[in-house]
Amino acid sequence: MLRTTGGYWDPVLWIIAFIVVAIVAYIIRAMGRSDYSGKGEQRKPYISGVEEPEKEAVHIRAGNIYWGFLESMKGYYNAMMKIHTGIVNDYISWFVGISALLFIFVFLVEVI
Amino acid sequence: MNADWLLQNSPALIIAIPLLAAFLMPVIDKIGRRARNAFAIIILVIEEMLVLFLAYDVFGGNIHIYTMGAANPLTTVPAQAAVPIRIVLEVDAMGIFMAIISATVCLAAGIYSLAFIEEEKGKGKYYTLLLLILVGMLGMELTGDMFNLFVFLEVLSIACAALIAYRSNTGDAVEGAFKFLIISSIAALFVLFAIALLYAQYDLLNMAALAHAITYSNLDKIALVLLVAAFAMKCGSVPMHFWTPDAYSVAPASITAILVAASQASLYALFRVCFSLYNVTLNLATIGGALIIFGLLSMFIGVTMALPQKDIKRLMAYHAISQTGYMLLGVGVGLYLLADPEFSTYGIKAMEGGIFHIINHAMYKGLLFLTSGAIFYRLKTRNLNEMGGLGHSMKWTAIFFIIGALAIAGIPPFNGFASKLLIYEAAYKVSPILSIIAMLVSILTLASFVKVFHSAFMGPKIHDVEEVPRSMLAGMAVLTFVIILFGLFPGWVVGNIVHPAAQALAEQAAYIQAVIGG
Repeated sequence: MLRTTGGYWDPVLWIIAFIVVAIVAYIIRAMGRSDYSGKGEQRKPYISGVEEPEKEAVHIRAGNIYWGFLESMKGYYNAMMKIHTGIVNDYISWFVGISALLFIFVFLVEVI
Repeated sequence: MNADWLLQNSPALIIAIPLLAAFLMPVIDKIGRRARNAFAIIILVIEEMLVLFLAYDVFGGNIHIYTMGAANPLTTVPAQAAVPIRIVLEVDAMGIFMAIISATVCLAAGIYSLAFIEEEKGKGKYYTLLLLILVGMLGMELTGDMFNLFVFLEVLSIACAALIAYRSNTGDAVEGAFKFLIISSIAALFVLFAIALLYAQYDLLNMAALAHAITYSNLDKIALVLLVAAFAMKCGSVPMHFWTPDAYSVAPASITAILVAASQASLYALFRVCFSLYNVTLNLATIGGALIIFGLLSMFIGVTMALPQKDIKRLMAYHAISQTGYMLLGVGVGLYLLADPEFSTYGIKAMEGGIFHIINHAMYKGLLFLTSGAIFYRLKTRNLNEMGGLGHSMKWTAIFFIIGALAIAGIPPFNGFASKLLIYEAAYKVSPILSIIAMLVSILTLASFVKVFHSAFMGPKIHDVEEVPRSMLAGMAVLTFVIILFGLFPGWVVGNIVHPAAQALAEQAAYIQAVIGG
C-alpha cells in the first residue's frame, strides 16, 4: 500500500475490485441470448443493407487519426512546427538563449 | 575475497569491470559469435548483481566512499592535505538508485540485442560501445568529483553518438548522431567552464568539499547557470529538446532504450548540482519555480508534439520529453514546498513522486522502444501508416506494448499511476492548475498510444510476419517484470528505495559529512 499526502493507493484492492466487476460483467453476458453462435451471418455488421466493405479498405491509418483535434489546433501546431526546424544551428541558438534567460533569472532574483 | 571486501570495493568495481570488458570485447569478438554474446551478457549480469549488492547496503542507510589510488579507500583526505585531493566515488541512496536503472536497462537491452543486431555488421564494436555507455552512466552516478563527472559525461556522449550512428548506411542515422555530438560537445564545454570557475575560486573538485566551501558568489551563480542549462539540455528538457527525437528515432531500438537511461543520468546530475552542490545557498522556491516551468513546458509540448507523429520512434521520443517533464515537475514542486517548513512533508512526497517516476519511466519507455524495435525488426519501417494487424502474429509484442502504454499513460494498477498520483497530489498544494495540466497530459499520452496500438497492432492482417526471436522477447520481459512488480508493490518500492533516494538528495549535510567529516 502506498501512502500519499491525501490518502493511499492499494493496487491489490484495485485488482480485487477489477476481478469482481469482471465476474459481474461475465454473469450479465451469460444471461444473454443462448442461440447466438458468433459465426457466419450473425457476425456480419448491418449497415442499412449496404454491402460491408473489405476490412483492408476501412482500416484507419495513423495519418488520419485525431484529424479533428489536429485541425482545431492548427494555429498551435503551425507555431510548433516553425520552431522544430531540424537545423542544429537553431538548436544551439535555443540553448544559448535559454542559458541567457537563466542568467537573467538567477541574477534578477537577487535584485528583487 | 569475502563479502566485506567486495562491498568496500564495489563502487570502483562497478565502473572498472565494464570498462575493462569494453576494451576486451574486440579480442573476445575474434573468438566467435557465441563467446562475444556470452561475454557481454555475463558482464551485464555481473554488473546488475554488483549494483543490487551495493544497493542493499546503501538503502540500509550507509553512504559508501571509495578514494581512488589511496592505500585505504575510505581515507578521503590525505594526511598531508586539508581537503580531498584524489578522485572520490561517493555512493548514496540517490546515486545507487540511478545505478540500478542504468544496469537494469543495459541488461535488458543487451539480452534484446542478441537477436536484434544479429544481421548487422560490427557487433563487436556495438557491444564495446554499449559497455562504454554503461561505464559513462555509472561513472556519472557514482562519482563524487566534478571533473570526474565531466569525464564520464564525455565517455557517455561519445559512445552514445557512435551507437546512434550504428546503422551508418542510412543518412538519417549519421545526421542524428552528428546533431547529438554537436549538442553534447557544447553542453560538455559549458560543464567544463563551470567546473573551471569553481576550481579557480576554491581549489577543489570534490563535490562534497565544494558544497562545504561554496559561498554563492557571482562566479558561483554563473557556474550554476552553466551547469543547469547544460544538464537540462542533455536530459531533453523543453525548449532545449530538439535533438531528442532526431537522435532517439534513428538509433537501434535497444540503444534508444539505453539513451532514455543516459538522459536520466544527466537529469540526475542536474539534481545533484541543485541539491548536493548548492542546496542551502540557493533560494529553493526560485530554483523550484524554474524546474516547475521547465517541467510544464516539457510535459505539454512533448505530448502535443507526439500526437501528430507518424514515425513510431519519433512519437515515443516526444513522449520521453513529456515524461521528463513529470520528473522535473515532481522534483521542482518538492524544492518549492521544501522552502516552506509547513509544507515540507508535501515537498518530500513530491520529490518521491518525481524520483519514483524516473525509474518507472526508464522501465516503461525502455520497453516501449524495444517493442518499436520489434516492429522495425519485422517490417523494416518506422512509419505507422505502413503498419497494421500485427496483433494477429506478434501477440507477445502486442502484450508488452499494451503494458508499456498503460504504464506510461498512468493507468492503474501499473507503476506509472503510482508515481503520477504522488506528483498530482503534491502539485495540487502549489496550484490545482499544475495537477490539472499533469492529468491532461496523461490523457493525451493515452490518446497517443491508442493511436499507435490501433495503427500497428489492430485491423486486418496486412503483413505476413512472425513473432520476434526469443532473446528479444526476453529483453522486453525483463522490463515488463519490473513494471508489474513496481505497479503491484508501490508502497514497498517507495518506502525502501525511493524515500531513501529522496532523503539523500534533500540532506546535503550527510553528503558533505561522508567525505570531509565533522
